[in-house]
Amino acid sequence: MRVLIWAYMAAAYAFIFLPVLVLVVFSFQDGRLPVPPFQGFTLRWYGSVLGNAKLMSALGNSLLVAVVSSSLALILGFLAAHALARVRLPGSVLLRGLLIAPMTVSYLIIALGLLTVFNQTGVRLSLWTAGIGHVVINLPLCFAITYAAMGDQQRSAERAARDLGASDWQVLVHVSAPMLAPALAAAFFLSVTFSWDEFIIAFLLTRFDVTLPVEIWSMLRSGLSPATNAVGALVFLVSTALVVVLELTLFRKAKP
Amino acid sequence: MTAPVSIQAISQTYGTARALDAVSLDIAAGEFIVLLGPSGCGKTTLLTLIGGFAEPTAGRILIGGRDMAGIAPKDRPTTTVFQDYALFPHMTLADNVAFGLRMRGMARPARMDRAAEILALVGLEGRGNRRPHELSGGQRQRVALARALAVEPDVLLLDEPLGALDLKLRRQMQDELKAIQRRVGTTFIHVTHDQEEAMAIADRIVVMNAGRIEDAAPPAEVYLRPKSLFTASFMGEVNLIPVQGGQSPLGPLVTGNGTLMIRPEAIGVTDGPADTLPLGPARLIDVTFFGTYQRARLAPLAAPGMTLTAHLPQSATLAPGTEMALFASAHSFLEATP
Repeated sequence: MRVLIWAYMAAAYAFIFLPVLVLVVFSFQDGRLPVPPFQGFTLRWYGSVLGNAKLMSALGNSLLVAVVSSSLALILGFLAAHALARVRLPGSVLLRGLLIAPMTVSYLIIALGLLTVFNQTGVRLSLWTAGIGHVVINLPLCFAITYAAMGDQQRSAERAARDLGASDWQVLVHVSAPMLAPALAAAFFLSVTFSWDEFIIAFLLTRFDVTLPVEIWSMLRSGLSPATNAVGALVFLVSTALVVVLELTLFRKAKP
Repeated sequence: MTAPVSIQAISQTYGTARALDAVSLDIAAGEFIVLLGPSGCGKTTLLTLIGGFAEPTAGRILIGGRDMAGIAPKDRPTTTVFQDYALFPHMTLADNVAFGLRMRGMARPARMDRAAEILALVGLEGRGNRRPHELSGGQRQRVALARALAVEPDVLLLDEPLGALDLKLRRQMQDELKAIQRRVGTTFIHVTHDQEEAMAIADRIVVMNAGRIEDAAPPAEVYLRPKSLFTASFMGEVNLIPVQGGQSPLGPLVTGNGTLMIRPEAIGVTDGPADTLPLGPARLIDVTFFGTYQRARLAPLAAPGMTLTAHLPQSATLAPGTEMALFASAHSFLEATP
């Protein structure tokens, strides 16, 4: 029985991580195709990826879009959460629902909707439009995380701050935001991860400057190569690093 | 800094519920006022209105002669010590205490000096670099007090500040609170439901019930000469003896129509000076030892259905069933409202 449990766990992890493992292993393939058998170890593909100007500029674009769109989503989500947690508005349940609703809509639908709007209004597709798309998908996430983190302790501390002479903005800057720092960090890094990996919206809403997933996709169109594995491994590395940062900020603080 | 507070016919309604019903009260500058009453009597609501966290449905509040209508909490000359302390967990104690000064634009070195000074005043000298989570409940309470005092408010509002402390610490903090109030001279308005706490610290106790003020007087007067039956029983144990046309269940009494109120500690078995009121003989039902006194329950022979409570000396040997003559060394009389 005990053996079965361990075997099950091993199988579950293998199921999750085997594709990534294969991807990483064959990024070191000393040959032209990232398929078995493994022909020897080389860092050549990493060299060619890092020397590829188009890929590197796409990587820069991805970082830019991720950081800017996540910051914006975080600020908007935090302000909305703060308002809805503090002020009793008629229909605030509905308002909350509407803010979270985009989470349930497929990225493809959101991208198509935005594409239509941009075409109608004559906004030209660029990294900005992709960034707007990422704000749309990450705002509900930031809102939900910060809203859930606002408790009674927060409420009474804000009340005390107002009593001591703080204006609404001073309360937000000196009390609300610092007290919510772990939740804000969690929301931000999750948003960055999602934006970093996002393909559909970035694909449909960019034109000349593209983000990394879009660039990888165009590499794939010219066939399999260990170079794409190398890019994939790098992307995975960055995502993992973000998740680790998240663990260290959010979950370490969550424990007393 | 200090200022008088004038509460003029304040009413507050929440939907159909009336939390305050035309309450008027004048508080002198530098006075230590305690709002006392059971939960739901409106005392916290009144404090909230003075602090500016809600606007009254009707009436005016003047602080230092200035009408407070429409003035936000941050612009009022009041600060509050909250029941849950409401310290800022991400700041050091010094930063907590200096917060109000920072909001008023005081430069960092000056406000840090001031914070250290106030922390010393509340007995937390040299602890400015600690954080709230490192403190005990009593220490957090002191920080909350220091933070509220740092901005030198005219009026300090205290919302059951000692409610979360254990009894011994509470008694100790009461003494300190009183001493600090004497030193800073600020008007203190303190809310509590603990009548012992109220008597220990107040210059004047305001007893509230069901949205109205029942009584407002110095502790001794509220205790010994309450102006209502509610006050009489809320301030402590009391024997209430109805009198109608000079007749009471205990026999004829030379008073008008109303209720005779006698505290248990005023009842004894020895006759005294001229104003001592004889209560007639009574049979001891039972007795309980309470440390500083023995609490005896007695049935007057004239009215066997009635029970009187007396606090008799520790040393008395008391056996249930014994008959004894009772005398009241002090009493007060409440005229029946026609």
